Order: sequence, then C-alpha cells, then structure tokens
Amino acid sequence: MLETIAYSILNGVLYGTLLFMMSSGLTLIFGMMGVLNFAHASFYMLGAYFAYTLGQATGFWVALFIAPILVGSVGAIVERYGLRRVHQFGHVPELLFTFGLAYVIEELVALFWGTVPVPYKMPDALNFTAFNLFGLDYSMFKVFILLVAVAMFVGLWVLLKKTRAGLVIQGSLSRPDMVGALGHNVPRVFMLVFAFGCALAGLGGVVGGIQFVTDPGMAFMMGPIVFVVVVLGGLGSVPGALVASLIIGILQTFFLSVNFSLAETIGTLGIEDSGFFGVLWHMEATRIAPVLPFLLLVLTLIFRPRGLFGKREA
Amino acid sequence: MATNTAVGKPSLLKLWPWVVIPIVAIILPHIFDSGHDINLMSHMSIAIIFALSYNMLLGNTGLLSFGHAVYFGLGAYVAMHVLRMVNEAGGEGLPLELIPLVGALAGMGFGIIFGAVSVRRAGVVFAMITLGVGALVHSSSLMFTDFFGGEAGLFGDRTYAPSMFGIDYGSSVSTYYLIVAWTLVAAILIYLLKKTPLGWMANAVRDNPERAQFVGYDPTFVRFFQFVLSALFAGLAGGLHVLSDEIVNDEVVGQIQSGAVLLGTYIGGIGYFVGPIVGASIVTILESSLSTYTDAWVLYFGLLFIGIVMFAPMGIVGVIHLQYLSWKAGGWKGNTGIRLYLLLAGLVGIFGLVCVIELSYHYFRSWDPSAPFGLMGFTVDATGAMPWLVSFAIAIAGFGAMLLHAKPMLARRTGAKTEGGKA
Repeated sequence: MLETIAYSILNGVLYGTLLFMMSSGLTLIFGMMGVLNFAHASFYMLGAYFAYTLGQATGFWVALFIAPILVGSVGAIVERYGLRRVHQFGHVPELLFTFGLAYVIEELVALFWGTVPVPYKMPDALNFTAFNLFGLDYSMFKVFILLVAVAMFVGLWVLLKKTRAGLVIQGSLSRPDMVGALGHNVPRVFMLVFAFGCALAGLGGVVGGIQFVTDPGMAFMMGPIVFVVVVLGGLGSVPGALVASLIIGILQTFFLSVNFSLAETIGTLGIEDSGFFGVLWHMEATRIAPVLPFLLLVLTLIFRPRGLFGKREA
Repeated sequence: MATNTAVGKPSLLKLWPWVVIPIVAIILPHIFDSGHDINLMSHMSIAIIFALSYNMLLGNTGLLSFGHAVYFGLGAYVAMHVLRMVNEAGGEGLPLELIPLVGALAGMGFGIIFGAVSVRRAGVVFAMITLGVGALVHSSSLMFTDFFGGEAGLFGDRTYAPSMFGIDYGSSVSTYYLIVAWTLVAAILIYLLKKTPLGWMANAVRDNPERAQFVGYDPTFVRFFQFVLSALFAGLAGGLHVLSDEIVNDEVVGQIQSGAVLLGTYIGGIGYFVGPIVGASIVTILESSLSTYTDAWVLYFGLLFIGIVMFAPMGIVGVIHLQYLSWKAGGWKGNTGIRLYLLLAGLVGIFGLVCVIELSYHYFRSWDPSAPFGLMGFTVDATGAMPWLVSFAIAIAGFGAMLLHAKPMLARRTGAKTEGGKA
C-alpha cells in the first residue's frame, strides 16, 4: 500500500505539473480577457509537434526554447487577427471562435504530421534512471519535467509580483479600462498575455509530448481536464491553478493505480452487481478515474463557483 | 442578436413556409429515391429538430451549451430500451409511432435533473457546467454497460413493433415520412413556444437578466423551463434517431455530437427561427456528402465555422436577410454590379483556397504524392510547382480583388450615396 501511495504521489505530481504548465496560461488569459480559450490544449499540441520537428534539426535543447516562442507567435497572430475582431461581438462568439480554432488546428496537425503518433522521444542526455523507489525506476526526464515546472512557477511569480510588466498585467486583470486610461496599450497587453499563455502551454507540450504521446488527439484528451483544473483552482488565480493541478494529478493517478472498489473494501453487503447503485458499488476505481475530474468540475461550479483560490465568481 | 422579436401582425400570407416546406419534404423522396439519399434526409430532419431545440437555449435564452447531446443521447437510449422491450414482447406494446415520445420524456426527465444544477448562472459558468455534465455522461456511458450497451451499443428492430396505422416500417421511405411528421409537429411547437409569454421572457432574460428580475420574473426559473423544454425536444430527436438507425452507441451522447449541433445552429444563424433549420441541413449534407469527396471536410467545416463567427455572426440566414432588407430598401440601386463583383471575387478566392487545401491533403497524406490526381476536373501532379502556383494565384487574386478593390469600391459608392442623401 505504501508503495502504491508513494508511486501515485510521485507520478501524480508529475502529471499535475504538466497540467499546471497548461492551466497557468489558460487561467491568466481568462482572468485578463474573460476568454475561456477552448484551443488552449491545441497550443499544447502545437508545442509538442514544433519541438519534434525542430528537434530533428537542432536537437532537443534548442527546440525547448524555440518551440514555445513559435507557439507564442502563433498565439499572438490568433489574438491580433482573430480574437480581437470577434471581441466586439461579445464573450460567446469569442468562446465559439476558439472552439472552431481547436477543430482547425487539430485538422492542420493531422494534415502535416499525419494521424498516427510521431516518434517524439526524450533526449539521450536525460534518458537514465535518476533514483529507484520500491524497485520502480524514476527516470531523469521526469525529474527534468518537475524542474521545468518549478522554474516556470517561480518565473511566473516573479514576473507577476516583482516586475513593472506584472503590475500592468495585474492591473489589467481587474480594471482594464483604468489601465488604459493611464496610457497603457491594453489591447497590446492582451495580445502579449495571450501569446505568453500560449507559449506556456507550448512549453508544456514540449515536455508533455515526450512523457505522453504526440498525436492529433492529444489536445482533445487534455483540453477538458485543463478546464477542470482552471475552474477548480479559481478562474484567474495562478496559485489556485498550481494547487488544483496537483490535486487532480494525484487523485487521478491514485485512482488509476489502486485496485479498489466499495464492494471489495466494505463488503458486498448483499448488493448485487446490477442496477445503477449496484454497478457503482462494484465499480473498480480505475474505471471511475476518467469521470472524476468532470465530477469535480460540476460539483465545484455548483457549490463553489469561484473555485479554491478565485476572488470572483466566474 | 435576434431580429425577429418584433411583434408582427399575424398574417396568413406570412405562413407560406409552413405550407411549402412540408410539400417539399413530401416530394423529395420521389426525386432522390436512393436508400442513401432517403437516409440522409431522415438524418437531416432529426438534425433539424435537434438544432431547433438547441436554439431554444442559445438563440432564445442566450445559454451556450456544450453538452446538448446528453439529452439527445439519453433520450435515444431510453427509447431504444423501450423498442427492445417491445421487440422482446414479440412485437406487442407501444406503437412505433409513439416511441419518439418516450425519448422526449426521457430527455425532459434528464433535463429536469441536470437543468436544476445548471441554470443558476448564464454565460461561462453555464457553458462549463454543460461541458462537465456532457463529459460526465459520456464517460459514464462506458462505465454502465448494462444501460449503454458498452462500446458496441444497442440494437433494435423497428419492423418488429406494432404500428398505430398498420404501416410497415420496413422501408426507409415510410420511416422517413414518420420522422418528417414528428419534425413538423416539433417545429410548430417550438415556433409557438417562442410566441408564448415564456418565450418572450426567455428573450428578456437573455438580453438583460437584472431587468427581467425587476419586472418580477426569476431568470433562473425562466432558464430552467427553457432548458427542460429544450431537453424534451432534443430527446424527441434522439428517439427519432433510434427509429432511423436502429442502433445507438456512446457517440450519441458524445462531445462530437454536442459540438456538431452547436456548429450547425450557429452557422445557420441563431437569431432566426429558420437559422437552425438551414444550418442543420447544411451540416448534415456536408458531413455525409463532402466526406465522400475529400478528406479535408472537417477542416472545411472548421474554417466555415470560424469564418461565420468572425465575419457574419448573424449566420447564413442573417446575411441573406440583411441583404434582402437592403435590396428592398433600395440599397442595391446603382451598385448591384459591385455587389455581384464582390461575391464573385470572394467565390474565386474560396475556390483557390479549396484547391490549395486539396493539393496539401494529396501532397502530405497520400502514399504517393507524385501520383496524378484529379483536381477540379484537371489531372495534376501535386509534386510539381505549377498547380500550387496557379492555386495560390487564384486564391490571392480572388481575396485580393475582394478586399482591396471591390470592398472599398462598394464602401465608396454606398458612402457617397448616404452623404448625398444628407445633403
């Protein structure tokens, strides 16, 4: 049992940090522009594919820096020529625009890179065992992902709390019109924040594409879960996104790795494996895992719409 | 966004679509009589009810749902279980004509359950809850295999059920007529619902919930009633889906289905009653016929949707309506040629873009990119530079002429006229 717990905490933290890389950008974008970016996971996917293609020419380490910048540029173009135009029609068309964009990006990725997964592998420099826990190897690459995430969180925190740019961003979060009145170009701030958020998702993709699988379905896999994280953490809150990412990551990994059902733990109590509650009683935890994030999402929105750390209701 | 909220005089002449459309629907199977076409038209009818029910939320009440397939799908599953019960009882029990009603009731029931927790807020929170409920139900469909039939889905046999009128539903044409009849009933009901005080209050809640509350109507209740009624019609569509396909699997509750109805409704135009009808028809036709011609149909679909969201948020019906109004008011006088030129240039640009996309798909996707392939009636070699250059040239020339030449020209002409009118 101790092994399972340690194992699921380690892997859960890893999964959680990947979730955080995506959700931090999404929550910033939402907090500032009120746009729930449906295509955010698509930028994560672009990050993985860009890094894969670049990596063949330049190697992983260069791609690690260039790919997020490229993704950020794509994000800037999308904001400047797409979102900004739709902005005048209101929030619903903005949401719909990003929704359509997710379809288009997925199709374009499938067009250029094919529908089957690409062989995007970790660099040799990180391909060794870092430490061994209960007979299970923990590779250096996983440690590297953790380091990237920590660096990102610290960097974000410094940027938002300690720099002048962060001050403007924080101001635009709550009072965009006032920041505009003080002479800042708010649409430009919006564009940069959008690009920055996309670049963060792209960075997540650069490492996440290796850890998981790089195929055109990866955006569709991750997208809804990132929403759950952002809502659970509180829309617009970066620390909230961190905590929620870790909660979801650990919870889901735990449910996937333990062999557990109510009937096994408590006893069947004469409940047959049929009917709604009977099936639920006998359901193994691994089969509940995919549902768990969405259950959390719905419950959060019903009982605490501002999430764990959010200051205002969505 | 809604333009048809003005109270018009109930004139009998205005009801012509209600006469013309059923006649067209009755004649169509005699023109397109292949099994595939009739199947397509059945699906179109079902998509129309589904889109109309969706627009009760999005267009009339301003609620953006990402999980409307839940009510369609659960309605379909419950209807399928009833059909199977009838099958197992040796073809005795509920007549086939009434099985869609079971779907409707199921849709309504689930609408009451999920609606109660969804409608407290509009906007993004509502959208997220529906997304969550949609994902929840879709994931559960693989957990509860007794009810959802697992990955294989559930089968039923529509011919092995009694009919109220002694009709044999073995042929797809008679099923098509049954579906059309239900579609008409649903469309009329949805249209009339729009004209009830509830329909008007839904519009008020969409436009300004605070003022609606001030007048004495609880926005939550108005949203809830609209949600439940909308779920009812979605369930009806699901029940009809059971009759036409005789199989339901987890796709009917899935996010793709929810996305398709949103896309179709929006492409048609959410501010018009006929918008969802047009949109659902277009999407169904595109989905079934375009996919046989090209691999790129999802891309076209996405681009069309983005184009509508960016340039014509009133939808296809909205664009036609605005142009019609402008034409009626004499706004086309002296510039009809320029308008046609603008349209033509745009079409040329789209043609070029389609050529580029088709070339790309052939180049990147096919096993042998150098194999000759048919593009718009020409046989070309996708590895050569020529077809690419020509396609790009057509696209750039078309869009360039539209944006840089025709559009300013039209703006100058209409601008000059309004100034002249002022003077």
